Amino acid sequence: MNTADTPTRNGLRADLALISEWIKPGTRVLDLGCGNGALMAHLKATKQVRGYGLEIDPDNVIASVAAGVNVLQIDLDEGLAQFEDKSFDYVVMSSAIQEVAAPDALIDDMLRIGHDCIVTFPNFAHWRLRLKLALWGVMPASRALPNRWYDTPNIHLCTVHDFEGLCREKHAEIVRRHFVNHAHRAQAAMRLMPNVLGEIALYQLRDRP
Amino acid sequence: MTSDHETGSVGRVTPETLSVTTPLALDCGKTLPAYDLVYETYGRLNADRSNAVLICHALSGNHHAAGWHAEDDAKPGWWDKCIGPGKMIDTDRFFVVCVANLGAYNGSTGPGSINPETGRHYGPDFPVLTVADWVRSQDVLREHLGISVWVAIVGGSLGGMQVMQWAIDCPDRLRHAVVIASAPKLSAQNIAFNEIARQAIVTDPEFHAGRYYEAGVVPRRGLMLARMLGHITYLSDEAMRAKFGRDLRAGRINYGFDVEFQVESYLRYQGESFVTRFDANTYLLMTKALDYFDPAYATGGNLADAFAPVTARFMVVSFTSDWRFAPARSKEIVDALVDAGKDVAYAEVESDLGHDDFLLTMPHYVKTLRAYLARAAAEVGA
Repeated sequence: MNTADTPTRNGLRADLALISEWIKPGTRVLDLGCGNGALMAHLKATKQVRGYGLEIDPDNVIASVAAGVNVLQIDLDEGLAQFEDKSFDYVVMSSAIQEVAAPDALIDDMLRIGHDCIVTFPNFAHWRLRLKLALWGVMPASRALPNRWYDTPNIHLCTVHDFEGLCREKHAEIVRRHFVNHAHRAQAAMRLMPNVLGEIALYQLRDRP
Repeated sequence: MTSDHETGSVGRVTPETLSVTTPLALDCGKTLPAYDLVYETYGRLNADRSNAVLICHALSGNHHAAGWHAEDDAKPGWWDKCIGPGKMIDTDRFFVVCVANLGAYNGSTGPGSINPETGRHYGPDFPVLTVADWVRSQDVLREHLGISVWVAIVGGSLGGMQVMQWAIDCPDRLRHAVVIASAPKLSAQNIAFNEIARQAIVTDPEFHAGRYYEAGVVPRRGLMLARMLGHITYLSDEAMRAKFGRDLRAGRINYGFDVEFQVESYLRYQGESFVTRFDANTYLLMTKALDYFDPAYATGGNLADAFAPVTARFMVVSFTSDWRFAPARSKEIVDALVDAGKDVAYAEVESDLGHDDFLLTMPHYVKTLRAYLARAAAEVGA
């Protein structure tokens, strides 16, 4: 997650708090790119959720271990072939899809492994980013995307339209979607024009039988 | 026992011996009628006896894991870098126990001990042991020490195999299983290396079919070759390149077959010093236990099914430069635990040295295990 300022709700990063609301108690969760393990630790403590977090960064692995999370130091770019079909109730990927080598292959894996998938990503078609590119002609940065073009880990940025296009291609059912601003608050207008006004998109997907 | 916080050493330690007179039934069908277990302890057992950690040793290890036996010892225990006050396995919080496995050299009953039935050295008559046999014997020590549950069992390499076996065979006897640089079973390549080592020993003319004690000799050449071969597999290509390169001892090529390259000198030194502190029959036994280890054998090759009884939480650690038990082997353990729905954390530590990295103190390695064990300690109020 690259957000420079990260608002929190009940001690949990706001986007993770939103994801947490979508997850039913007592379920099995696989968290791809679990960072410091905050979401998994929260779900374990408040919803008796069991599962694993995958993380590649050593410091995050240590933080997750310290948080008592079942963290596995695994590179998402190596694929998830080791996980069985439908072995988790939810496969979550929060603000990581733009950092992986093959987002489409990863979505395939998520749909295969999880009964439901929850994906969040920064919307690259937000009006402020569009304006920066249109008026100043530079690669836009924002509070949700603070890196510069040459040092960014975000190699596969996409827009709301792009993502839904991929979902159509993958025959994935969009169970629900939600859009928030950089402070992770939803505004009514976002629902009307999510691809322009939504800064961060949250999707719940399911494999169409 | 005195410990020193400045050096992080447990200080001077004295091994203890438990003489067991209850026979131990072994996987091979034989029975050990009586046997000694030699062990060391570091730190203090708390009032409710809940802070005990068992250390399982690898091929060339023994009970002397930390501290010093005498002021003039050349080296401390084999895992002294990681065991002590304030260290990765913190003796301020844990009561640490390390026992020499049956068959090990210079400790518990082994091939060099006297067989009470014959009055001779066991030698080749010492039964071939398995990892499960060791776990059964370690469980006898647990009972003797009055420990109902180990807060953690920790082991690297062959030691990690014992940790897995504990978690499968005695699930109620441990809370945490820490498996470092290990594998769920040996590969054909691993077994092949062990076989060459064994052949080096048994074909040494001074081996005398394992009865060299009575002949008053030692199969030095065979044991030395076995260790030289083993040592190559414990080090990464990169580590050997960095340490020796193609450096020449005399600074020039001599067109002969004596030691010329530094790496040759190093291997000979390792081999020769090993002969003075290790036993050839023990080497055969240890490599056999390694070869036989395969907990999934009983479940038709399905490791996840073998892990079904497990209740302990697992922490699995591998090292990127380890090719003897590469990270892929640790991932097999992790995948099976995940498939079995067990609690497991896994860290893959960036390293240079190779298999022996587990004995060292890379920051990522130490911080990860320290964080893991701190939670384990907190669970039992240690």
